[in-house]
Amino acid sequence: MPDGYETVVGLEVHCELSTRTKLFCGCENSFGAAPNSQVCPVCLGLPGSLPVLNRRAVELAIRIGQALGCEIRPSVFHRKNYFYPDMPKDYQISQYDLPVNVNGHLDLPDGSVVGIERAHIEEDTGKSTHIGATGRIKGASHSLVDYNRAGVPLVEIVSAPDIRSAAQARSYVSELRRVLVAAGASDGRMEEGSLRVDANVSVRPDGSTTFGTRCEVKNLNSFRSLVRSIEYESKRQVALLEAGEAILQETRHFDESSGETHSLRSKEEAYDYRYFPEPDLVPLEPDEALLRAAAVGAGLMPGERRRLLWEAIGASLEEHASGALADQIETVIDLELDRLVVDAVAAGADGRLALARAANEAAANPESARSLGAGSFAALLQLESSGSLSATQSKAVLTVLTEEGGDPSEIAARLGFEGLGDAEIEELIDGVVAAHPEEWSRYLEGDGKVAGFLLGRIMRESKGRANGKVVSTKLAERRSRA
Amino acid sequence: MSRISVEEVRHVALLARLELSDDELAVLSGELSALLDHVEQIRRLDTSGVPPTAHPLPMRNVLREDEPRPGLSAAEALAAAPAVEDGRYSVPSILGDEP
Amino acid sequence: MSERGAPGGATSVRGIAAAVRSREATASSVVEETLERISAMDGELHCFHTVMAKEALASARALDATIAAGRDPGPLAGVPVALKDNICTKGTTTSCSSKILENWVPPYDATVVERLRDAGAVVVGKTNLDEFAMGSSTENSAFGPTRNPWDASRVPGGSSGGSAAAVAAGLVPLAYGSDTGGSIRQPASFCGIVGLKPTYGGVSRYGLVAFASSLDQIGPFACTVEDATLGLLAVAGHDPRDSTSIDREVEPLLDSLGGGVGGLRVGLIEEFAADVAPSCSGAARAAADALAAAGAKVGEVSIPEVRHGLPAYYVIAPAEASSNLARYDGVRYGLRVDAGDARTMNLRTRGAGFGAEVRRRIMIGTYALSAGYYDAYYGQAQRVRTLVVRAFERAYEDFDVLLAPMTPSEAFELGAKTANPLDMYVSDLCAVPSNLAGHPAMSVPFALGESGLPVGVQVLAPALREAAMLRAAAALEAAAPPGVRGPVKLAAAPAGAASDGGGE
Ligand SMILES: [Zn+2]
Repeated sequence: MPDGYETVVGLEVHCELSTRTKLFCGCENSFGAAPNSQVCPVCLGLPGSLPVLNRRAVELAIRIGQALGCEIRPSVFHRKNYFYPDMPKDYQISQYDLPVNVNGHLDLPDGSVVGIERAHIEEDTGKSTHIGATGRIKGASHSLVDYNRAGVPLVEIVSAPDIRSAAQARSYVSELRRVLVAAGASDGRMEEGSLRVDANVSVRPDGSTTFGTRCEVKNLNSFRSLVRSIEYESKRQVALLEAGEAILQETRHFDESSGETHSLRSKEEAYDYRYFPEPDLVPLEPDEALLRAAAVGAGLMPGERRRLLWEAIGASLEEHASGALADQIETVIDLELDRLVVDAVAAGADGRLALARAANEAAANPESARSLGAGSFAALLQLESSGSLSATQSKAVLTVLTEEGGDPSEIAARLGFEGLGDAEIEELIDGVVAAHPEEWSRYLEGDGKVAGFLLGRIMRESKGRANGKVVSTKLAERRSRA
Repeated sequence: MSRISVEEVRHVALLARLELSDDELAVLSGELSALLDHVEQIRRLDTSGVPPTAHPLPMRNVLREDEPRPGLSAAEALAAAPAVEDGRYSVPSILGDEP
Repeated sequence: MSERGAPGGATSVRGIAAAVRSREATASSVVEETLERISAMDGELHCFHTVMAKEALASARALDATIAAGRDPGPLAGVPVALKDNICTKGTTTSCSSKILENWVPPYDATVVERLRDAGAVVVGKTNLDEFAMGSSTENSAFGPTRNPWDASRVPGGSSGGSAAAVAAGLVPLAYGSDTGGSIRQPASFCGIVGLKPTYGGVSRYGLVAFASSLDQIGPFACTVEDATLGLLAVAGHDPRDSTSIDREVEPLLDSLGGGVGGLRVGLIEEFAADVAPSCSGAARAAADALAAAGAKVGEVSIPEVRHGLPAYYVIAPAEASSNLARYDGVRYGLRVDAGDARTMNLRTRGAGFGAEVRRRIMIGTYALSAGYYDAYYGQAQRVRTLVVRAFERAYEDFDVLLAPMTPSEAFELGAKTANPLDMYVSDLCAVPSNLAGHPAMSVPFALGESGLPVGVQVLAPALREAAMLRAAAALEAAAPPGVRGPVKLAAAPAGAASDGGGE
């Protein structure tokens, strides 16, 4: 961001709800079917068809509101009227001045808070593919429309203009994504369009308390696009201001290949959405029963999950602040391995070791790791902590345990990691001491350098089955007894 | 006396996506003005404090269960389409952005 | 009951169903005879857009097989019915009398169509209407007007003119229309038959091509109150596919018909008398007298707010229509006038596909909803709608049903009101308040006007009080002078279908 200016961002996140059927009809809500194979008179907008609201979609929308600390209010559906080929009725059923969720907030991991102005229910449009040289709108010869996505339930979550940088925008979207997934409202797949982001970006001189003219940037399909587009757009706006030019309030399209935003507004078209209450639907007034039903089945929110992890590993305040463990914590939350860590600690495992093994080794195969029993995970970690297994051995056992399941001790045995018993280790030490009396004397006299030599010999004699830590401890014991 | 100018009528026709000739626009300007004069009688009524009625029935929370129902096959869906390509509805090129 | 002509001697809904159910007549013979009559007489009247001869005969044969197998064929077994061509029929063109849907074949049936088939009725064809149900004369049809069977130089009313004329001409004993601002009741009055608009939400709108969603209702036409009641019962009741459908049991309305009006409190609305022809206001007054003579407690009631109904209606209905008709854009079905880009294609398709009246209403509605005007027009009209509802509520504290003129005049000549749209709009004056309130209302033939054409009287009732409305309607029917009611005698009537003219 250029010196002397501040970026102000508000985000609109469209989240496709994980329902079985569409918002107003019984067509399947799923991704990737053959074009126009998941349609019916209602979602095709055929004359005479009528919408009927999906209870599950309402429950998930309310659940999102609950997760974001929103007020949940009586609401009304409106028609937003505009012509566009991918919209079957040439109006979109949405919520306008009476949305179901208002006035919430989202706490980000860095402690900042972003206000949520509203989170309302609306229907998705179909999908147009532009045919022609570039595959983009401009220069296309014609377009082809698939209505499978038309009528899929969306919740549009509108933030307050509380975001001050591209990095914070990224953090907001990733935290919101975690919330939506934890709520069971969305699969969070940005690459499939389950989450789509529009950014309202403006800039203002440092210290200014009024907002600058904003531009709405569309087509942000990845975190990378989100960050790049906000950075580009704020630089563009600052350059205009520095040149003494005005910023035009408009919608701009982000081009992933060039990293630039472009105005697409056709000048003769003035949008006037002519909102009015949808007469084919009746008002939605969430009552106790609906609110209770919405809350059932929601998972723990990321803030709470983070708190539980910190607690489980017993980290100090300094460690909280340093962020040393924060990356591992975010990783296990994103991979949904936090439950495994917390439960393993409860079952007696060491917290930091559990966190490290989950964030690194288990993360390689998170799907299987999620179904790993906390008991066997804890048992493995205890073998490692007690020295029965070396770190390398423990990781190898974890790989097998994750893929095939089973008992950690048995796997270790099968892999030949059966830890040598105390007597066997003592025997090995006796042998090496006898074979290298000179080195042993020097060791007893306190020559630190020779310790590595003795350890290496003993390990080699054990063919890797002895635990180095245990051997070192035993050597030290003999010296102190001598 | 309300008057809707031909220019206003032209703007409304664009919003409504109706291609109209200049003659038709002129006639509509007169007709719409006359109708609005008729509507004037209710515009003058004092309705302060009166809530709007969007719907004749006092119904709330009409919901359906989230259960799939059979819809149309792609062939049935596309049967009435003016132009089809590759299993999809074909339309002339779309100018401008999505609103 | 009129029981004339048809195989087995019956022409009424009740009579035909009874004859078919008891095997005095076959459904096939009834349908064949109906198709012959339509083919002989519809050339001049133009009630029908589509006659579904093949489908109807197949349904009739299937019914006969059901009966032969000893299974219940349904309460309307073998009754031929006609449907306004804005009610979706799977596999049969549903044009809405519009060039924009001229060849559109729905891939699904409206709920009322399913229910009629389940009841054993046989759909024989789709009838003419004003384009997208916008009009009061059926002259706004892209495919030519329908003529009034009583006098072919006159309109049958509208917008459900084809269905009304088909029943009045004796082509079918039962037909269905839709009523957004009088489109069932006004043509019923013009054609001397019974036309009934149920309580909003009483009959499913699923499959009815929308004009103004918060006002539209499907309802029956028949020659008698009893047949109209049978027609209503066949299609009424909750439909989970329509969110505005009322979820409650339908009353056994037939029981009300013979109930008489003893003790019924009947109010004659004063307001319309000054705005309608003397024959029309006279009919309403005579109806009030007749009900008083039959034992009702009759009084007059002033409801000044009903006069705001028409201007409020002419904001609300076009506003909803402007949105409902946006989908005719040349992309998915119907007409497309091609162009180099989608926007121009939309403009040309809609400019060419919609007739003048539809374009006019889309324009009014778009204007009323547009930025800067919403509150002054649409918002205000909705508040006025509240005033109309409240005024009715007050009136119904003192009365069980209300009476009013149905139309400002008897059926007018073709072309008489096409020059000035506002003249035509006034036809809906007495009808629209019930649509705004969502209340049931019906037209019952009760008098003849100056030109000897029938004039109906309107019976209004509060929401879901069809039973009281029908009690009054049945009493009016019993008291009506002879010769006011269809079916009318037509010169081209084929052998075996001897009509006895109006009356009875
Ligand atoms: Zn669907």
